[in-house]
Amino acid sequence: MKPAPFDYLRAESLEEALAALDQGGSEARILAGGQTLLPMLNMRLARPALLIDIMRIPALSAISLEQDAIVISAAVRQATVLARPTLGTEVPLLAAALPWVGHFQTRSRGTICGSVAHADPSAEIPLCLVALEGEIRLRSRRATRRVSAEQFFVGMMLTDKGDDELIEAVAFPKRRPGEGYAFAEVGRRHGDFAIVACAGVVDAKRMRLAVAGVAERPVARDFPLLDGTALDDALNAFAWDLQARDDIHATARYRRDLVRSLGRKVLEEAAACRA
Amino acid sequence: MPRLNAGTRHVVRFTLNGRPAAFEVEPRMLLTDALRHLLGATGTHVGCEHGVCGCCTVLIDGMPARACLTLAVQAEGCEIRTIEGLAPSPARLSILQAAFRRHHALQCGFCTAGILMSLEAFLATRPDPSAEELREVLSGHLCRCTGYAPMIAAALEAAAKLREDAVHV
Ligand code: FES
Ligand code: FES
Repeated sequence: MKPAPFDYLRAESLEEALAALDQGGSEARILAGGQTLLPMLNMRLARPALLIDIMRIPALSAISLEQDAIVISAAVRQATVLARPTLGTEVPLLAAALPWVGHFQTRSRGTICGSVAHADPSAEIPLCLVALEGEIRLRSRRATRRVSAEQFFVGMMLTDKGDDELIEAVAFPKRRPGEGYAFAEVGRRHGDFAIVACAGVVDAKRMRLAVAGVAERPVARDFPLLDGTALDDALNAFAWDLQARDDIHATARYRRDLVRSLGRKVLEEAAACRA
Repeated sequence: MPRLNAGTRHVVRFTLNGRPAAFEVEPRMLLTDALRHLLGATGTHVGCEHGVCGCCTVLIDGMPARACLTLAVQAEGCEIRTIEGLAPSPARLSILQAAFRRHHALQCGFCTAGILMSLEAFLATRPDPSAEELREVLSGHLCRCTGYAPMIAAALEAAAKLREDAVHV
């Protein structure tokens, strides 16, 4: 369980990192918090020729507030965001979901952007980004571009990011007046990857439910304001459309059941806490 | 910084338990192996080597980190604390360690070093934790012996004692 050999570059500036990434192509990997990359290296599921460590690039350690979004740069650790006193009012959904991301001992190292880059289908941070219709900001040596969360997550651990691009930051839309948010998940133990995780966003006109752990990527669906059996039926249709599969953690049937029950729970909670 | 070559060893300097330290490592060497094999600091244990068990937890700049998910080269310039640095002197245990002993919060001791480092970091930021919060911190560790309950009791007692001591300084 030792990584295969690789070169290591501790980039001091974004330019240095992008130049190395440009040169290294698919053989190079960005190293941020390392909480998903290192296990993959140890198990030799990944064998890059070059690791580019971006954690000491000052420009990548910022959390900045824009008009309607909070922008979290690539080297910002999950624990730093969770410890932000204003997070609960800025992005309540992220504040609710972050304690479920890994453990105290991994959030202290892992980054927000790293989780987005890894794109595990059951991960909480990509789920929140999809639920809130957030945005991923990519940069290569030649260009920058912004991609909506819904377009960014393509499949199982597969994203729209090119080999020469790094995630410079992700933008979470700030709480909008009149919207309520809720998050819930079921896993074997707290801190494990979710079997199913749900995020709900409700305003005066619509209910939006995003689901992780069922399809190959986090998927969201908008509903009009529903309740009673109409809501049950809508959730049931959504649960089937996600095409759950059996695996060692849970059966497809159990997953559909969680989509129906957790989905209803988060939508009701989100509706109740509309501000 | 120049690119560190895969096949060569590079000097990495940092502080270990308050003292300057260094090792010479290939980029692929894990911090666990560098601490244990190159510095003989075998208090940090290795259980799973992929981030699941928590045995290898150390503090990097005051924050807990799984040393098996950290490259030795990442330690450059950092302050590393390990279990060897917890006791105030060879003849005395720290308050947390003494509470673990009193409550039989360890049996084989394989998991203990990592758990003590986690709790050390947690109590520093959260001096008055609830049992619930402590349970959540411990969810990042596996212990096959104790059933965890005595660890919660020990941590609560240590936290109370640390708060009391803080008042009297
Ligand atoms: S040895 Fe590092 S977490 Fe298990
Ligand atoms: S005391 Fe034996 S594993 Fe924890």
